[in-house]
Amino acid sequence: MTDSGRAAVLVAVMAAVTILLRFLPFLIFRRRTPAFVSYLGKVLPAAIIGMLVVYCLKDENLLARPYGLPALIAAACTAALQRWKRSSLLSILAGTGAYMLLIRLL
Amino acid sequence: MLRRTIRQAFVKSLPVMAGYLVLGIGFGILLRNAGYGVLWAFAMAAAMYAGSMQYVGIGLIAGGASVLMTALTTFMVNARHLFYSISMIDRYRDAGRLKPCLIFGLTDETYSLLCDGQTPPDADPNLFRFLVTLFNHCYWIAGCVAGSLIGTLLPFSSAGIEFSMTTLFVASFTEQWITAGDHLPALTGLGSSLLCLLIFGPERFLIPSMLLITGVLSILRGRMERRKAA
Repeated sequence: MTDSGRAAVLVAVMAAVTILLRFLPFLIFRRRTPAFVSYLGKVLPAAIIGMLVVYCLKDENLLARPYGLPALIAAACTAALQRWKRSSLLSILAGTGAYMLLIRLL
Repeated sequence: MLRRTIRQAFVKSLPVMAGYLVLGIGFGILLRNAGYGVLWAFAMAAAMYAGSMQYVGIGLIAGGASVLMTALTTFMVNARHLFYSISMIDRYRDAGRLKPCLIFGLTDETYSLLCDGQTPPDADPNLFRFLVTLFNHCYWIAGCVAGSLIGTLLPFSSAGIEFSMTTLFVASFTEQWITAGDHLPALTGLGSSLLCLLIFGPERFLIPSMLLITGVLSILRGRMERRKAA
């Protein structure tokens, strides 16, 4: 098989598995949602967003300079601003700006 | 009416725009450097639409991985999408013909915009969610294609701008925290993931985290539902 042909097969496999993962729960619980799955649907969003925050920060090295400080300070600014102003766009812009500044300073 | 909903959805999607353009451009550049041009960038952005998996995919394609290896890696990296879908089952139930599009576009970022369930009071919720999903997918495709075409010509150093994804999740987490009556689910997610990160390391902690979160939330079920009833 040519190199392009092989790459096309791999892209198709990655797309198919990703799509399958997204559709699977909807296919399994098409008729009726069990009470336990409904319960998970209510409590999972907050837990999963917490996991995504950890996922984004997973590669920060706290033991060597700059000790993950740019990311931790910028994340704290984002959370504080969100709490104060409740505007996601503002929090995201300010937090990202703070990070870009801090990685150049620290 | 439709125009108003389009505008509301556009404003809702704005936080994702910057991050998707930047991450997409980064992907387009890496894919081109690996020897695959703009058509590949477009195809992967359109058909896979999964940020981190596309980055991993460059290595798989360029490194000559097998079909089985590719399928398994995709499953490991993207298993968290099972969770997004589970928590959207009831919300998307009556979305009709928009439902497949909503499910297909359920990325980390789209999920974090829509998982609080809030939609403008005067808009059709399904149409609103569909438009947010559509806008996000357009940003992603535009970013990947732009990166492949013009990525190396960027005039300024944009190092660090990819942090906008982290701030998006931090802002969503804080907003959830403010509005939630019960902080146990959020603490469960944060605590379980941190614990698994320490034990399993950054490359392998996602699947153990998901299992632990599901386990802890199952144990807490009786307590959470009693609290809600009280």
